[in-house]
Amino acid sequence: MNIFERMMSVDRRWVFLFLALVCVITYKVDFPVEVRVTEEVRKIHNFIDTLKPGDYIFVAIDYDPNSLAELHPMTYAIVEQAWRKNLKIVFTALSQNGPGMADQAIRDISDSLRLPKTYNGVTYPARDIVNGIDYIFLGYKPYPALVIAGMGQNFRLPFPTDYYGTPLDSLPMMRGIQNYNQMKCVVDISGTSGIDMWIAYGQTRYGFPLALGLTGVMAADYYPYLNSGQVFGMMGGILGAAQYEKLAQNPGNALDMMRIQLYAHMVIILFIIIGNIGFLVSRRAKNQ
Amino acid sequence: MKEILMVFLALLLAGGISSAGAQESAPPPDTGTLVVTPAPAPPAPVTNLNAKDKPNDHGAGVVVTWTPSADDVVGSTRVFGYAILRAATPEGPFLERGKVPIGEGVFEDQGSLDEVSPDYMADHVDYYYKVRVISPDTTVYADSEIFGPVQCFGQWFNTNKLPVLIFVLCFTTLAIFFITHARRGAELYIRPLAGIEAVDEAIGRATEMGRPILYVLGLGTAAEIATIASFTILGRVAKKVAEYQTGIIVPCYDPIVMTVAQETVKASYLDAGRPDAYNEDMVYFVTQSQFAYVAAVNGTMLRELPATNIYMGKFFAESLILAETGALAGSIQIAGTDEVAQIPFFVVACDYTLIGEELYAASAYLGREPVLLGSLKAQDYAKAAIMIMAVIGFVAAIVGWDWYVNLFNVPSN
Amino acid sequence: MKRQIPLALVFIFGVILIIQYFVPHEKSEWIFEFLMDWIYIIGIFALALGIWSLIRVSWDKIRLRRENWQYSVVALLGLTAMIFFGFDYFRNFFNAAGLQNFMFRHFFDYVMIPIQSTMFSLLAFFIASASYRAFRARSLLASLLLLAALIVMIRFNPYFGPLTAYLEQTASWLLNVPNLAAKRAIVIGVGLGIVATALKVILGIERAYLGKD
Repeated sequence: MNIFERMMSVDRRWVFLFLALVCVITYKVDFPVEVRVTEEVRKIHNFIDTLKPGDYIFVAIDYDPNSLAELHPMTYAIVEQAWRKNLKIVFTALSQNGPGMADQAIRDISDSLRLPKTYNGVTYPARDIVNGIDYIFLGYKPYPALVIAGMGQNFRLPFPTDYYGTPLDSLPMMRGIQNYNQMKCVVDISGTSGIDMWIAYGQTRYGFPLALGLTGVMAADYYPYLNSGQVFGMMGGILGAAQYEKLAQNPGNALDMMRIQLYAHMVIILFIIIGNIGFLVSRRAKNQ
Repeated sequence: MKEILMVFLALLLAGGISSAGAQESAPPPDTGTLVVTPAPAPPAPVTNLNAKDKPNDHGAGVVVTWTPSADDVVGSTRVFGYAILRAATPEGPFLERGKVPIGEGVFEDQGSLDEVSPDYMADHVDYYYKVRVISPDTTVYADSEIFGPVQCFGQWFNTNKLPVLIFVLCFTTLAIFFITHARRGAELYIRPLAGIEAVDEAIGRATEMGRPILYVLGLGTAAEIATIASFTILGRVAKKVAEYQTGIIVPCYDPIVMTVAQETVKASYLDAGRPDAYNEDMVYFVTQSQFAYVAAVNGTMLRELPATNIYMGKFFAESLILAETGALAGSIQIAGTDEVAQIPFFVVACDYTLIGEELYAASAYLGREPVLLGSLKAQDYAKAAIMIMAVIGFVAAIVGWDWYVNLFNVPSN
Repeated sequence: MKRQIPLALVFIFGVILIIQYFVPHEKSEWIFEFLMDWIYIIGIFALALGIWSLIRVSWDKIRLRRENWQYSVVALLGLTAMIFFGFDYFRNFFNAAGLQNFMFRHFFDYVMIPIQSTMFSLLAFFIASASYRAFRARSLLASLLLLAALIVMIRFNPYFGPLTAYLEQTASWLLNVPNLAAKRAIVIGVGLGIVATALKVILGIERAYLGKD
């Protein structure tokens, strides 16, 4: 087997090993990577930025721990921005392990709000986030399509109580809040087909502004909805999360992970090129 | 005596005049006197106030429209916004229902049908509306004429969804026509689907190798169309497996899917005349956690080393993990999904892939039953019609025929 | 009767829900909410069925000492532990404490999350090996696919200097025009397939889910 044939048939374990090494090295060595912001991410950031204190938004944390790496950073970035601006958030988690993700995110972000911070030239004082006043967490119910449609009638329909067992009517934040009509927007952060249900059973039926946060591999599928206006903004994968962190001037895990992703992509491209060189040269040799 | 009195009086008079003059020339003392300035004039009220029942809703909704105030112009500081007020009688009391900013001329008064809600708005009850122009000084405002009575009520048909209804009726008619046509014995041609034709070959391979077939129904629920299509294919595969006396393993993600799959496989074994060979443990529930399910299926693949892996249904991020592990195990792989994002992964890693609606066509293709073929033909003709409408739409968008584009617009409520 | 009743139920409720979609009236909404409640109830019973199936299969493997029966022990232990720690023993036994229970949360944060994240991370490696295997310039179309993939992958790479802007524009065009066109075509086909299959199920033409004829 000559070198070109070897290049064409590298054992997949070498690919795995090389990729793993590059990921570990770029994780350990810290250096910044430039991130260019796209319009679809900017629209979400600007929308949240123009809301007034006391406005309500709905954040659906519909992902499991497997999508944590891509989707947690965007959850943290959006929720922190919203709470710094004193917006009120209604959370739900329509995936099985979503409540765990939501609970972790709420705890971590509440902790970070106990320190004053300056973002985009504005200094935000420290504050405590209180359940029932700054946010409510509805929790999880199966059959997301039905839950989404039901919440359009009244949040109390699928969720008579919040995740912690408190009746919604006894929570100060829920007075006068019935359904999506009182929400300025819905942000669905999901790694599953729950997004299709939010579009079909939520946005199409009730007409609320919908923004998406999804994994990188799913992002390409939802451009039709962005172009048709059913979705006003979209964050795709780590790149989308990194763009949002850059816009919010709140660097987090996504900006760190961008450099790992960048070099991982370059490794994949390198192997593709190696494989193709081997393939083309071998084919030419065979034809001759 | 008289002269002295006259001089004294003259002196007194002079002193009084001089002190009066002195008083006139000095600035007045600051006594805290209230200065009343005239009140600002109220802004011009809105005109052409109208209120009507909100269309295409379940009730408890009124749409109020008006022509904005004449003072609501660019640069004006006389108008701050509009408040919409409602009462049950023309005499009031009028309560505020909402505010809109300057420039706006419409407001949706949306109440609740729930009688215990503070926002309760009864249907078929008279309401009266007026719009108040608010100025920056909240004590200065202008009310419009009262409009009413107006009643709200729920509609029995959502006219916004008329295009959808027309499409459903047309498609149903087309499907029924072709099904009837097929039942009368007409030959309906379907192009070959390589993935489905390979199923028989794959089952034969498994039989020769003495290894089982792994059938994965995907991560959808039993209500998903992709899963329903997969049940049909599972039925055919299980029947062939029963006939060839090969093994089949069907790990399930959803409990309801598991019960349906068990019934399907059991029925197939019965059909093949091998009810004794059926074992309930062939079809089992694993977990409803995506990656835990994938880990279990991967473990099964690497332990059981199935000759053929068939993935039919709804798949998400785990599709590539399943397919690559199957490739590692040396299995022939046939996949079919309607999840557009996962199709590229299956195309790359599997031997045969059914793309999108080919999965739904598989049941008709396998059985060749007239009724199933008929509905497939209806789909084809509907697609042709959509293509023609899309080309016309393309021309309409260039030429500016907005009416054509609006025909297909289905606004949400 | 065993088949007629389910077919009749499917037809009746299928037609009711189709009509319900077009009727915004309050009474129609009540029907929808009522049926939704029933679906939750059925779903919960089905979950119990699934858990029973898992326990039975695992127990049989352990009892008969089938190959790799040890994994079934781990599965049952995990199931039992999470159920045990999920109850709220201090306030109300019949309430689910869930993540508010210390052990439950620790199992979730330090076992569940790392395991699921690890499984997902396998994708990165599999994508690398699948790309290396699949993206070969075998033909003109395959070469175009390869070129498009490379452009989309490197579009946000800052190391290409002045080329980055062109790469980004080309990648945007690729995603928003040919990619979108193909996806819309597939989505339209899938949509029609869904309508046709739903129609077949409602009319009783598609009966695979019922079992034997």
